[in-house]
Formats: sequence, structure tokens, C-alpha cells
Amino acid sequence: MAVKGHLLDVDDLRREDLERILETARSFSEVLRRPIKKVPSLRGKTVVNLFYEPSTRTRLSFEVAAKRLSADVLNFTASASSVEKGESLKDTALTLRAMGVDAVIIRHPVAGAPCLLRRWLDVTVINAGDGMHAHPTQALLDLFTMRERLGDMEGATIAYVGDILHSRVARSGMKACRAAGMRVVAVAPPTLMPPAVPDYVEVSHSFDAVIPRCDVIYMLRIQKERQQEARFPSLEEYARLYQLDKERLRKAKPGVVVMHPGPMNRGVEISSEVADAPHAAITAQVSAGVAVRMAVLFLLLGGGEGGGVLA
Amino acid sequence: MASLPDLLIRGARVVDPFRGTDEGMDLLVSRGRVAELGKGIPAEGREVIDAEGMIVAPGFLDIHVHLREPGREDEETLESGLAAALRGGFTAVCCMPNTDPPLDNAALVEEMALKAAKLGLADLFIVGCVTRGRQGRELAEMGLMHLSRARVRAFSDDGDGIEDAGLMRRALEYVSGFGGVIVSHPEDRGLSRGGQVNEGEVSFALGLRGIPALAEEVMVARDLLLAGETGARLHLAHLSTARSLHMVREAKSRGLRVTAEATPHHLVLSERDIRDYDTVYKVNPPLRTPEDVRELRQALTDGTVDAIATDHAPHAPEEKEREFEYAPFGVVGMESAFPVLYTELVERGELPLMRLLDLLTRGPAEVMGLQAPEYGGGIEVGCRADLVLLETGREWVMDAGAFASKGRNCPFHGRKVKGRVAFTLKNGRVAFAAAGRGGEGVG
Amino acid sequence: MEEDDVQRAVRRIAHEIVERNKGAAELVLVGIRTRGVPLSNRIATAIREIEGVEVPVGRLDITLYRDDLHTLEQPVVRETYLPPDIDGRQVVIVDDVLFTGRSVRAAMDAIIDFGRPASIQLAVLVDRGHRELPIRADYVGKNVPTSREEEVKVALREVDGEDGVFIGYQG
Repeated sequence: MAVKGHLLDVDDLRREDLERILETARSFSEVLRRPIKKVPSLRGKTVVNLFYEPSTRTRLSFEVAAKRLSADVLNFTASASSVEKGESLKDTALTLRAMGVDAVIIRHPVAGAPCLLRRWLDVTVINAGDGMHAHPTQALLDLFTMRERLGDMEGATIAYVGDILHSRVARSGMKACRAAGMRVVAVAPPTLMPPAVPDYVEVSHSFDAVIPRCDVIYMLRIQKERQQEARFPSLEEYARLYQLDKERLRKAKPGVVVMHPGPMNRGVEISSEVADAPHAAITAQVSAGVAVRMAVLFLLLGGGEGGGVLA
Repeated sequence: MASLPDLLIRGARVVDPFRGTDEGMDLLVSRGRVAELGKGIPAEGREVIDAEGMIVAPGFLDIHVHLREPGREDEETLESGLAAALRGGFTAVCCMPNTDPPLDNAALVEEMALKAAKLGLADLFIVGCVTRGRQGRELAEMGLMHLSRARVRAFSDDGDGIEDAGLMRRALEYVSGFGGVIVSHPEDRGLSRGGQVNEGEVSFALGLRGIPALAEEVMVARDLLLAGETGARLHLAHLSTARSLHMVREAKSRGLRVTAEATPHHLVLSERDIRDYDTVYKVNPPLRTPEDVRELRQALTDGTVDAIATDHAPHAPEEKEREFEYAPFGVVGMESAFPVLYTELVERGELPLMRLLDLLTRGPAEVMGLQAPEYGGGIEVGCRADLVLLETGREWVMDAGAFASKGRNCPFHGRKVKGRVAFTLKNGRVAFAAAGRGGEGVG
Repeated sequence: MEEDDVQRAVRRIAHEIVERNKGAAELVLVGIRTRGVPLSNRIATAIREIEGVEVPVGRLDITLYRDDLHTLEQPVVRETYLPPDIDGRQVVIVDDVLFTGRSVRAAMDAIIDFGRPASIQLAVLVDRGHRELPIRADYVGKNVPTSREEEVKVALREVDGEDGVFIGYQG
């Protein structure tokens, strides 16, 4: 059982790690085009999907990735509410340790859970999304997708649009884009903007003003609960001001890439025509997800003992 | 007590914030009281503590602790909590009423007071609830608690702010009738709800909901206005933000009868110390910015803050060792307070020793309106020998594992400190002696 | 082996492949990264000169199929390209040195994941012995008896700037 380091957030990665993951992912995207999309690299390794939040998409993506590398996959899904009453995260960690698994992929509604798991467990921990904190594999697959579309990303402009405040996708994504040399703009009403955004992020409250200079427009999912928290008056008003629809897309550069982490609220943050337009890289993001997660699993679990491939 | 041999504390530096004196002398303790003060008191037939290089001060008073009894005796009991107090140099503490059931009636506070008295550890003063059941709806029988044998004089719904301004006004008015104090836990839930850490850079980086400074400041502002209007005694608990302190400073300059306290953790730690989602740093109010810490230290010096209180809040390990959002707020503080404060404030030259001891003795006594013989009065012949002997200069490592408190949630565990409590004397008896000083534990 | 020896060996292997397979029509060459790739290109060029047939050439990265991944500090996965539809073809794996046979085992596993060739054959520039698996080469440039501790290094112009085979001791 080799501990090869962990992936808790994008800032765990040095620039060369980032490059290595993207390069390896490119090789795996070739593997995924083969008639037999399975390689024996992680044969004999056991990977646990520890999901405290329902997320069929991410769980399946990791499961497919692990299985295509010939790892054994155990799924542990629990609703956070039952877990709050039942076995603690620490006890679950001790159980997994006793079972001798090689890696734990954790999705948790609360920020920091992967970090705690790492403290209690001496195996590789991969963060599949924790609360509002981080979602590093999403950021990596987004970067991969952008590179496939744009080529060199240095100096390109990406706008994250929507609920920046509550978004782990934006938090990790903005860091990854910065590492790739991109200009990052955050677009949201003031009530959905974090209290303090990092210096490298430009803040705007006007989507229309930002659109023409974007190379990538990244739409974030908006949750209806935010209306109850008085973050905005109504979904209708939100959509009028921040939805990416055909009209707005017309003002964008012709080669603009439209992205969304899914699942989409069609008709709220993104209109159906835009979601299905050729600009949209949303299905490409999904297929990139498997290749990138294979790369992460392979690099964290595939190498020798002692030396961490990733920081 | 008469059977105890006389105890001579020889060669100590006696620092007495009540009298403002600081001089080297011997101190003779006999029959639980200070019998003689002076130089060259003969030692024969007496037990001697060689206190050369030590500081002798009045035993400390902690006006803000949670002892968890009744209801959560697994986390702390009167016995473990009051033993922890002695270990920290506190010969008296004021406990908050957010127990289960809450301390909101005369019968219960009297029962607790008597139980504590029987233990013969640190003295206990009880803070009663402002509202029945801490529900924030109707006033608790504060007058009856005051008249009971617990002699309650301070009231608080600590743990929660009193949301209803009208109710807060009535509470202030009502207790002013018998000289009571309302201890405000300044927190507007509408602004703090769901928050885990200070709102700002750190809350963003950690992906945790923030508690804005405003949540405290809005209620500090309101309570100051209400106190001004009613003329009642208001005490503001655990202030944490620069703007709160500015408001208190301004109010005091207008002659308002308001007092304020600061905790050791807010004086020493900032939000930047929060590492790896370690819940030991989860406190309410949250650790704030380094600027707030600076302001808080300034407020100690200029008298804006009257007392240092620990907000000692023990929690069961299984409740703290979990996801940040699911863990309860609070740190244990009584046994780390002096070493940490001495090291971080006095040793670094930020605060004179006299002022630190003042903030741990005379200041809090004034807040609570306590006077000798209950507490305080200073070190003079005939006073009760509730004393603390402090050692400074050598380096020790804080070890939460050795605490008498049942709580281990101490953010200072493992920290190197340069001061410690060597002995605590309660009623003239050595109630605590540090390791290497004739024992470890409560004698 | 000197530069000329290498080139002669390549040409001889090309002849043998064509002869054994009765022409080049059904052939596919697959070079194992790194040095098997330029070798397979050279063999393809030689076959074109002999037969006038363009033989499809693939390149294979076997990292994902290795049984000794855990011994690698930093496994690097490079691109794999196999010509489409290898079903029913005569696939010749090309590598520089045949030693334990484990790389060839990995290459065979990889190729089988891509399709079902009529046969898989093996061409190597150097066979140095010390097999750990029941594997033998169909075409060998040169047999070089070595001790286990010795290191055999093939240099190729495309990768190393010169051609040659060198034997040395590790360390």
C-alpha cells in the first residue's frame, strides 16, 4: 500500500504536476477511444468512493476511471443527515484503514472533510468536492477541456458567472486558471460574491460588459435556496441579468467556449439553445472527466512507494 | 484548618493590583489568612516555600466559564472545572448558565452554589439566565436568584444574544433595581447564522460560511444605546472586533457604566492560525484578523477592556474531532490562560505584568461587583489567603493532556510558554502545586 | 555493433519478415517506445525498398501494462498509436533489446486490447538473454551474451544522435 500523496485542492499541485496530469490525461483519452477501454495498471488496487452527497455524475466518473485502470471499486454512499447521527467520519476512516484500501475518493457536503480524512487515514485521499471549499478534479478537467479547445491558454480570459460565493467549482477553477496563466473575471450580483476574492480575480457585476472579452464563459449552477436566503429576489430576475442566452452569446467572440459543471438548470443560468450550441463544451467536459480522473488515479497510485508524484 | 501548620512564603515578589504595590517580601499564612507581611520573617516551626524569583499575586478570578453541570457531566463537572480553575491560578470563577437545564431559577442556582461550596475547591459565583429557559421570550426570576443563597448578581443568556431589543431593555432596567449586571453575548443571529469562521479572506479560502464582524458590532451598538438609556450596568462578553472596541471606548468616555472582557484566545490567535480544518480553532466569536488582535491588545492597555476571561468551554473529544461545520464552538482556557498571556503579552513587552494581573483580578472583580470577603481586596494582613505563586523565565510546553479539566480542546496545546502557575493557595492551603514544585495536581 | 552493423541488421530483419510472411500485404509493425519506434520505422523503410509496399507502423507505450509500476518513481504515460483495424493482420512487435521478456508480454497484452491479429511476432535488434517469461524473438539482429549485471544500451540516430550498441556495467 503505497502512499503517493493526495489531491485535496489545486494548490497542492505544482505547475509541473498540473502539466503532467494534463499530459497523462491526453494519453488516457486515447485509451478511451480504444475498442477495449481498459488497462491493467491499477490491478490489485482498491479504491473507495466515499460519497456523503448524492452526485451520480462525479461518482460514476470516478468509478469508470478506476475500473478502466483495473482497480477494484467499492462504493460507500451515505446521506449526510444519516451520517450526522450515525458513524462519525473518524470511525469510518478507521474502518477503511483496517480494510486496507489504497485510496479514498471523498465527496462531502462540508468543507475540510477530505483534510480530516487525510489526518486519520494513511492512504491516498482524493477530494471529489467538499462543501464550498474545493473540487480539484473538476478544475483539472475544465483546464483539459479548455486546452483541447483553445490550445495555449496563456493570457486568455475566463469569466466565472453566477454563485461564486457558494461554488467550490469556481474556487478551485479560478486557482487552476490562474496557474495556467489565464485572466480570471468573476461575475455575480454582490450578494453572491465572496467577501474577499483573491487579488488576481477581477470582479464585475455586469455580465453584459464582460462578455465581449471572454475566451471562456463558465456558467455556474444557481440553487433555488439562495432566493430564500435573500441573495436575489427571484429566479426570473436572476435569469434576466445573468443567464447566458442566445442574445448574450451573440455579443461574445465567435470562438468563445461555453462551459458548465453540470447539472444544468436550463432556462435559469443557461438557455437551452446555448447549452446545445456548438460553442458549448459541456459534453466534452464530461468525457474529459474520465480521462483526467484516470490520470489522477494513475499518478497517485501507479508509481513507486515513498515518492509522491503529486505534491 | 487550624490544624494546618503555618506557611511561610519566602523571598517573593508580591504584586497586588488592588493596592498597586509591587515589592519583594516574605508572607506568612496562618489559619487560612495572611498573618504577616514583611522582610525576614523567621522560618522555624513553619512550612516554607522558597519563592525566590516567584511572583505572588491574589488568586485570579475568571468571570466567564462553562462548567457544563448540570446536563453534560461527561464534558465537565463542578468538581473537574473548579479543580481546573485552581490549576490555572483562579481561586474564583463565574459560571455561565447555558447548562441543561439552564440556570434560570433560584432553586437550581442555590443547589449548584451549595454543591460547589462543599467541594472546597475554587469559589463559584453563578451567572443566572436573563430569560426563562434561555428562550429569549420572558424574563427569568432574576430578583429571586439574586436573593437566593447563590446571591446571583450577573445575568446572561450567553451562548446566544438577546435578539429582542425590547426584552433586552427591560432586562437592563429590571436588574438596575438591585444593582445587577447584564452580561451581553453580542451576536446578531441574522448576520451570523451558519457561520463557522470570521468572514473574509479565510472564510473564502476554507470554503466555510463566514461570521462577519458586523454580527457582533450591531449588537454591541444596540446594547450600548440601551445601556445609555437605562443607566443600567452592562457587561460585554468576549469582544473580538476593532469596531466593537472603538464603540466601547467612546461609550466609556461619555461616562457610560459599561465594562468589557477579552479572551486569551482572541488576544493571541487570529483567523490565520486556523490550520487543516482543526476544530480546536472553532470558537464563537470566531478568531478575527491580526488587526483585530492588535486592537484588542491596545484595548487592554488603555482600559477599554476591563477583564480577561477565558470563556472556558470544554467539549467531548468525539464532538470536536469531526467535520468543522459539525463541531461545536469553544476552547478550554483556564489552565492555559496565564502561561500564554504572560508569554505573548508580558514577555514580549506589550503589557506590564501589573496590568495583566489587574485584568485577571481587580478588573473582573469590578465587573462583577465582587468585594472582600467574597473576592478581592488585595493582599494585606488579615485577608483570606487565596493566592497564586507564579514562575516565569524558564520554558515549558503546554500539555492539555495534563489538564484537570475534562476538556482537551485547547488551541495552545504543545505551545512553548515562559510562565506558569507554580502554586495556588486557597484558604491558605496549597490547593495546587505544579510538577517539580512538590506535586502535580490538586492537594 | 557499429553504425553499419545496425543498418545491416535492420535490412536483414526486413528481409526475414517479408520472407516469413510471404510478402508484406498483411503486415503491421508496432514499435515499443522509445527505441522500438525508430527501429520499426527503419524496418518499414527497408520493406518498402524490398517489396514496394507501405507497411503501417504503430507506436506503443506499455507503461499502463507494466507489471513493475510500483518500482517506478514517476511513471510517465506517452502516446500510443496503433493503425486502425489490426484484426487478422500479422503484427510484428519491434524493440531494441530483448531481456527479461516482460516488456514484450506487456506489449502483447496491449495489442490484444486493440484487436485480434492473425499472429504476433517479435523483432529485436539485440537479444541479451536472461528471459523470465517463455518468450522468444522471431527476428534477432544480434545475440549478445551478457551477464545479468551488465547493461546493454542501444543508441539510435533518431533518439541518441548516433547508432551503436554498447555494453557496460551498472553504477
